[in-house]
Amino acid sequence: MQRGEIKNREAFLDKVAGQLGRNRRKDNVIRPKWKHQVQWKVLADLTENELVDVLEKQCEVIHTDFIRTTEKELDAKILQVLQAYGVKTALTSDDSRFSSFGLTNKYQDWKNSSDIDVFKWDIESPGQSRHLAEQADAGITFSDITLAESGTVVLFSSDGKGRSVSLLPSTYIAIIPKSSLVPRMSQAAREIHHQIESGGRISSCINFISGPSNSADIEMNLVVGVHGPIKAAYILVEDR
Amino acid sequence: MPLHVGEKAFKSRVEKGLGNEFMRGAVRSAQGRLQDSRSHAAEELGDWEEWRNLGQEIRQHTMENLDFYLQQLSEKVAERGGHVYFAETADDANHYISEVIEKKKARKIAKSKSMVTEEIALNDILEEQGCNVVETDLGEYILQIDDHDPPSHIVAPALHKNKEQIRDVFKEKLGYLHTEKPEELTLFAREQLRKEFLSAEVGITGCNFAVAESGTCALVTNEGNARMVSTLPKTQITVMGMERIVPTWEELDVLVSLLTRAAVGQKLTSYVTALTGPKEESEGDGPEEFHLVVVDNGRSKILGTEFQEALHCIRCAACINVCPVYRHIGGHAYGSIYPGPIGAVLTPLLAGYEDYKELPYASSLCGACTEVCPVKIPLHEYLIDHRRNIVEKENKSNLSEKLAMQGFHKLAGSAGLFNIATKMAPFLVTPFVRDGTISKGPGPLKAWTGARELPLPQKERFRDWFKHRTKGGQHIAKRGD
Repeated sequence: MQRGEIKNREAFLDKVAGQLGRNRRKDNVIRPKWKHQVQWKVLADLTENELVDVLEKQCEVIHTDFIRTTEKELDAKILQVLQAYGVKTALTSDDSRFSSFGLTNKYQDWKNSSDIDVFKWDIESPGQSRHLAEQADAGITFSDITLAESGTVVLFSSDGKGRSVSLLPSTYIAIIPKSSLVPRMSQAAREIHHQIESGGRISSCINFISGPSNSADIEMNLVVGVHGPIKAAYILVEDR
Repeated sequence: MPLHVGEKAFKSRVEKGLGNEFMRGAVRSAQGRLQDSRSHAAEELGDWEEWRNLGQEIRQHTMENLDFYLQQLSEKVAERGGHVYFAETADDANHYISEVIEKKKARKIAKSKSMVTEEIALNDILEEQGCNVVETDLGEYILQIDDHDPPSHIVAPALHKNKEQIRDVFKEKLGYLHTEKPEELTLFAREQLRKEFLSAEVGITGCNFAVAESGTCALVTNEGNARMVSTLPKTQITVMGMERIVPTWEELDVLVSLLTRAAVGQKLTSYVTALTGPKEESEGDGPEEFHLVVVDNGRSKILGTEFQEALHCIRCAACINVCPVYRHIGGHAYGSIYPGPIGAVLTPLLAGYEDYKELPYASSLCGACTEVCPVKIPLHEYLIDHRRNIVEKENKSNLSEKLAMQGFHKLAGSAGLFNIATKMAPFLVTPFVRDGTISKGPGPLKAWTGARELPLPQKERFRDWFKHRTKGGQHIAKRGD
């Protein structure tokens, strides 16, 4: 990718340094080790199953349906959720986990039994994929990292994982492999930080999603469902 | 909409606020709810004071090395193919943004919530240029539809409006046919705005925190409009105040955790969207072109002064939500898009004492603001510092206060005069005494007695009492008569 342009920087930053009463610092600034490290104490001693309980409880707060299941029953549970929400067309991201969890070969059954069409985000035709996202009743993705404390699924965008899948349809379904669970945002942020430190290229869009969209802008009344999805369901699958 | 909003005179803005019964009721109930959720969230998290110390520590280090982190940020954004423009003034920022839009020949602009674009009055410039600028945050959309009514709170901009008023505005301007139920009003806005998102050519967002190590801009939202604005239009322009930056993702975590709790009592908002440059060439959605505009507009002159920590603000509005003065006069009375205690501190720093010399006095100095600030800005102490500056350095106190101070200076400077004056005081006020208090005082007392009663001067002066006091406190008991 071509490098972008930077304009007016030197005079601007010289002024900042001048106000701070010193010369410009262009390197050699070392981030200190913070005296307070309180974020690492949160939910620190919980077992994986206890983290699942925290997640489940938080889902009530964020108006999100929570379903636990096993790898074997995952497809049946997803179908149940789709039926319960009256979904007729669903769009999934292009993610190899849909086949490794044995879902892709169930789509035909869903079509036959319940007249549900499942489409996949198509890297080759982004225009059509976006259009599908606008039209679909539900978007389905896997969670890349899951934060128990806040009930958050973290999604890293990529060619196959378009931003629109979890945004445009009125229902959003996240499949959460149990192994993706961490206590809170601190662990996800540290993982991304390490990725950057080791020279990795992070996704152009990293979304932290906690339930359906909402607003309290009218008389402080909470309304669930504004511009993003109106309903959300998390399906937690035991993957080990 | 520039920094300044509403009528020019502070007094008439305050009177308007005090006279607005609905607004005052709405503010009272909103303050109650927001305070409850904030303290509940802080308690649930535990070690809140430790978190605040960590937040303060991070902000201090970042501000002291701001030039370094802004340089790193700009390098990283450019590496990822984004353009960075450093804007010293509001005009510089507006000019750059307007040029980008002109080059794209864009006419429809979708905006998500951004205080800094309000501050630089970006919408006015773009509208002059013939653009249709759509605010997509629900609160801001309501205000925009209602002939650009100014925001009165930095997190809930339409706090001063009730649902019936909103229904009527939608009805009159957009042909809305349903009831005043918030669900129906919101659904209607969803349908209206969905079309705008899909047809907008340029998206403009604010930036809660930029991450220097990766060139990332993080948006903290609930409605999903910021995701729309950064997913659908082909060009994205993100505008940030130059202080809204953290060194790495680890600090992003801490400040976001503080922000969502302090602002609305949430563990995380529905969406935290972290955007790094434009979309990759092979990705199917997201902007093809990304511009970051870093705005100074008076911020740098706060650096290196006693007020530097005002730049630590993360715009959570916790101070606004506990302020007893805001509770009574509402957001518009501050005459600034930044109301409440942080507004009273920040506005005079950004725009000068000339127009905002009253704001530091719009406080009872109770210190509740300082106590809730998640990054420990000494807000009420700053208000005192402002008052001192206004009186000492700027000589901007009002005329009657000046005369009173000059008079007192003369009196207190002469032992003889002071003696006579304090002896005379009980007799001089006699004509104004009603039922043992003064309720309509003359001259300089008028401002005080307009709102409350003034107790009478004691017949016995402190100095006389002190001279004649006896051991054992007998005389002291008498003084209470």
